[in-house]
Amino acid sequence: MLSRTADHLYWMARYTERAENLARMLDVSYRMSLLPQASEVVEQSWLATLSIIGVIDAFRQLNKPATPANMLNFMAFDRNNPSSIYNCLKAARENAHAVRGTLTSELWETMNSTWLEMRDIGKRKHSDAEIGDFFEWVKFRSHLAHGVTQNTMLRDEAFHFTWLGTYLERADNTARILDVKYHLLLPDEDELSSNSAADYYQWSALLHSASAFEIYRKVYSDVITPHRVAELLILRSDLPRSLHRCMSQAYMHLCDVRNAHSAETERRAGELQAALRYGRIEEIFETGLHDYLMRFIDRIKDLGERVARDFLVSATGE
Amino acid sequence: MTTPYNEMHDAEHHVRKHYQELAAWLDTTPAERIAQKRAEADVLFRRVGITFAVYGEEAGTERLIPFDIVPRIIPAAEWHQLAAGLRQRVRALNAFIADIYHAQDILRAGRIPPEQVLCNVQYRPEMQDIDVPGGIYAHIAGIDVVRAGQGEFYVLEDNLRVPSGVSYMLEDRKMMMRLFPELFARYSVAPVEHYPDLLLDNLRGVSPPGVNDPTVVLLTPGACNSAYFEHTFLAQQMGIQLVEGQDLFIEDEFVYMRTTRGPRRVDVIYRRIDDDFLDPLAFRADSMLGVPGLLNAYRAGHVTIANAIGTGVADDKSIYPYVPEMIRFYLGEEPLLSNVPTYVLRRAEDREYVLAHLAELVVKEVHGAGGYGMLVGPASTREQIEKFRERIIATPERYIAQPTLALSACPTFVESGIAPRHIDLRPFVLSGMQVTMVPGGLTRVALREGSLVVNSSQGGGTKDTWVLEQ
Repeated sequence: MLSRTADHLYWMARYTERAENLARMLDVSYRMSLLPQASEVVEQSWLATLSIIGVIDAFRQLNKPATPANMLNFMAFDRNNPSSIYNCLKAARENAHAVRGTLTSELWETMNSTWLEMRDIGKRKHSDAEIGDFFEWVKFRSHLAHGVTQNTMLRDEAFHFTWLGTYLERADNTARILDVKYHLLLPDEDELSSNSAADYYQWSALLHSASAFEIYRKVYSDVITPHRVAELLILRSDLPRSLHRCMSQAYMHLCDVRNAHSAETERRAGELQAALRYGRIEEIFETGLHDYLMRFIDRIKDLGERVARDFLVSATGE
Repeated sequence: MTTPYNEMHDAEHHVRKHYQELAAWLDTTPAERIAQKRAEADVLFRRVGITFAVYGEEAGTERLIPFDIVPRIIPAAEWHQLAAGLRQRVRALNAFIADIYHAQDILRAGRIPPEQVLCNVQYRPEMQDIDVPGGIYAHIAGIDVVRAGQGEFYVLEDNLRVPSGVSYMLEDRKMMMRLFPELFARYSVAPVEHYPDLLLDNLRGVSPPGVNDPTVVLLTPGACNSAYFEHTFLAQQMGIQLVEGQDLFIEDEFVYMRTTRGPRRVDVIYRRIDDDFLDPLAFRADSMLGVPGLLNAYRAGHVTIANAIGTGVADDKSIYPYVPEMIRFYLGEEPLLSNVPTYVLRRAEDREYVLAHLAELVVKEVHGAGGYGMLVGPASTREQIEKFRERIIATPERYIAQPTLALSACPTFVESGIAPRHIDLRPFVLSGMQVTMVPGGLTRVALREGSLVVNSSQGGGTKDTWVLEQ
């Protein structure tokens, strides 16, 4: 297929996935902020969320008070924030529009109507009560896009590049969610045993953000501990949003589009997947979870750049 | 202006035979159901994204082309006559272009003043003596036809460069069948859905000699173009790649596209980019849309471009008055379809007449398109007319004028209910190894009362066009 087409599909998928994970992240922050706690703590938690997404400076430039409402609005609806959900859905639709002939009509209609609805939602005023519904809506539209992709697209390169984008983005986002929440919840890593009611809510909110709360119960049938939460979200091969799962899927789709230049990219993806497959959570904590996640995010970035070079912007006459 | 021909009612206000079933259906269907169906059509069109971009408005603005649910019906006998005339005309136009870029017999014979052709900016000297596969230049022609007087068809304009609108013909039909299946049980409407197949077959048939399994692509200027929806639609329907200039490159005078698996040869380019932008090395150097070196590959005979470069020399409004002459000259036949009488303002006697009768005439720019830069005398204010008069006097060679035709009117849904509105018709004629067309075309309707401008950029809408099988 055309390199440019693959590029648009890959980014359509990444932006759709990014919007979904933003909604998940913001939803958790919002719910956590409703717990009885000091307002500084709430504000701190919001600032942490903005910092993992990498938009803290952009927000400060607005010179608006760092109230939860302002930050939430900035991340969800702000047209001038390139990382807002609003703009992610816009970018997803623009990428889809550029290659709409390659999409099934069902998938195009899904992408287009998501954007049209987002545009209408963006024009309205929002009450606090509605914001939860909005995040649900974003997740629902993303589920719909995934389902339509899965059930209508031919299993060709277009399909593989779409999922490759989805899983690389999800791997990055899950790592970031985990990092920020972990940092926030455990400023001191020696306190792994702390077990207050507030902590319980925080951990369960984190699990909810990865749709993993019931799964945790099912897998461990035990109380929620930080170690296990990390293990579940990093190493479990059967949790759809875990790093391991994302990487094995990304690796598989990468092999499906293999070309004459992609051997090294494939090797690196395979290496990363193997490390997750055979890794142990104790070791990860020994190196330090934050360092581990930062290194992981860098390696995902490296893979993204290599995919772009190998497939998406091929040089003349190779 | 005389009363226009009404497609549905005759002079005694009786419903014409071929509209009777429809009229009965309109009478018996509750208004709410129709209103609900019209709203449904709007939602569907927007969701599917059948929109067009409007130039001059905020970047990325997309609008729906209004769709009218009352079909325009053409009886079989009328269609056969019209189709024969269109095929004849397109055969002559292709012969003319081939002649102009080779021996120029028609100029030698003195049938057309040579400077009209050779000094025309649409004449491409680069094409002189180049042989194209099958001798076909205008593979896809969109001929604009109107009905006036007692219902006679007139050709208003030949579009031989990158005519658009065929996707609306196909989508309008799909929409009608979805909304009102019961109507199709009452009428036997000739199908148009196989148009993409015909087009692909045609394009494959004109590939460069020696190519067995040609790779066909559609070259688009990109998502900002007003007809982008149509480009993606046709590429998808034909199962061919939709490419932009940046996706193609030339090596050793062959065309390749960049794919995720490396370069792949391209044999036929169905291009929806104007000549000027095709190759920055040959035409406009600032074009970001084209492919550097494409003209060389084309001249070497390694790729077919459809439509060919330089077809504009035959659809220019200043050449239009000579088309009947072309039919006589190349085919030895009398034209089956009439031209609209046309005043060429470079001629002193024509100019004098036109300037004295501006309020009655339609004046068009020779190189204009899309309804921009034209004056509809009867619908203009004195001030607008005077402004236009100055422009004509400054550069008369840029204009032609025609009598204001009383375009036929067809019942149409408007705010106040059903009322007659003026319409035209653009059938699409395909030329390959033979000249073919699907029975139908795009009917455009001027939604404003009394307006004669049907262009979508000027507030026109579309209707499904039904050619009856008997």
